Amino acid sequence: MTRAAPSGPSRPASAETSRRRAARTHRATVGKLLALAALGIAVVVLRGPWTAVLSLAAVITCAAVARLPMRATARALLPVLVTAALAAGYQWVTRGPDLAVEVAADLLTLVLAATLVTATTPADRLLDVLARAIRPLRGVGVNPDAVALAVTLLLRTVPEIARVVGEVREAARARGLERDPRLWLTPAVLRVVGRARDQGEALAARGILD
Amino acid sequence: MIELRGALVTAEAPRGGVGRRRGPAPADGPVRILGPVDLTLPERRIAVVGANGSGKSTLARLLNGLALPAAGRVLVDGLDTARDGHAVRRRVGFLFTDPDAQIVMPTPVEDVALSLRRTGVPAGDRDARAREVLARVGLAERADLPVRALSGGQRQLLALAAVLATEPEILVCDEPTTLLDLRWRRVITDLVAHLEQQVVLVTHDLNAAAQTDRVLVVDDGRIVADGAPEPTLAAYRALMAADDEVRPR
Repeated sequence: MTRAAPSGPSRPASAETSRRRAARTHRATVGKLLALAALGIAVVVLRGPWTAVLSLAAVITCAAVARLPMRATARALLPVLVTAALAAGYQWVTRGPDLAVEVAADLLTLVLAATLVTATTPADRLLDVLARAIRPLRGVGVNPDAVALAVTLLLRTVPEIARVVGEVREAARARGLERDPRLWLTPAVLRVVGRARDQGEALAARGILD
Repeated sequence: MIELRGALVTAEAPRGGVGRRRGPAPADGPVRILGPVDLTLPERRIAVVGANGSGKSTLARLLNGLALPAAGRVLVDGLDTARDGHAVRRRVGFLFTDPDAQIVMPTPVEDVALSLRRTGVPAGDRDARAREVLARVGLAERADLPVRALSGGQRQLLALAAVLATEPEILVCDEPTTLLDLRWRRVITDLVAHLEQQVVLVTHDLNAAAQTDRVLVVDDGRIVADGAPEPTLAAYRALMAADDEVRPR
């Protein structure tokens, strides 16, 4: 996912400026995560197609205000759009159009909101806030830093998988093989798994998981 | 100082043989990948050369505990990589061939900041420190760009910055210039050559190897030549030429 509006020129900032900026970003990150959690609860509690559509419209407005690059975002969310369409189709046939609209809109609302949070939040801050939130579970053997890193990497992995699949499909197309999904799906899965293994190894080499 | 004492690396043989390895197919049981290796590496600059699949990357991976010996020991400043992996990784940084495998965060400043988490730099100072490290390798102006917007050479610089941020005493570089064009090869090679750290450089670039204090030649999982760059690289060239003669065309 392309990060929205990079924060200006990258001249080395003074330590004090950086510290103030870090504190501000930390508070903003907590706020965004709380808002995301609240939205998740609201989407489940509030029923009906109109509420779902209004929630989606609100999140799309927020994405536009945050200058999320629309084309790149739509491309990255393509698998979710397909899933939402399939789920809506199934609901339409089995339980009617109201529920179909609600299910599709809720799914898109939550995924777009999560994308908005990750695209506008420095990953380092996200890690800090998540690790702090998980810290109470340390007593039952949970490693907060490892879990926070796993969540952050997972969020970053979605657009990465879309990119890998795109590359493999392009390679298949170049050889005239794009019509049979088996021919590009298998190498795509192998590449994603290989990349995950390489990244795990690189993280171990940096001692980040020690 | 790095010491390898009878270090042996093995792997379970896959069904149907072991692919491109030379020599007769082994019997059941583990296949020897490297070793046994006995080495002491006190020099400041050490190059490791060898053909693809010879075992030189395995040798590099032994040095910071990414690979562990099935027999023997690997010691870094007296610390055993098998027993004291955490402490060894604090001392030994590792630069991979493909920077994309090493970079995990969306922007350069965040990726270097991730390395700094391990060093105990307070959260409020990490951003400034990460920018300092990026400035040292010439990436200050690109600190906030998406990693995807960087060229291959800039990504390798970023991967190097992320390793240097942890202030390792030893740096192991596994073919860091293999994927780069000539210009970026020179940039990375010059940067690595001027580092304060002890450097173990796995490379196919014989010019870069010639600038080091000692060269090791790995072939078929064994150290077959070891010494000053000039005679050792001559021995390596002779070995490769002999290999060409016996290989069917």
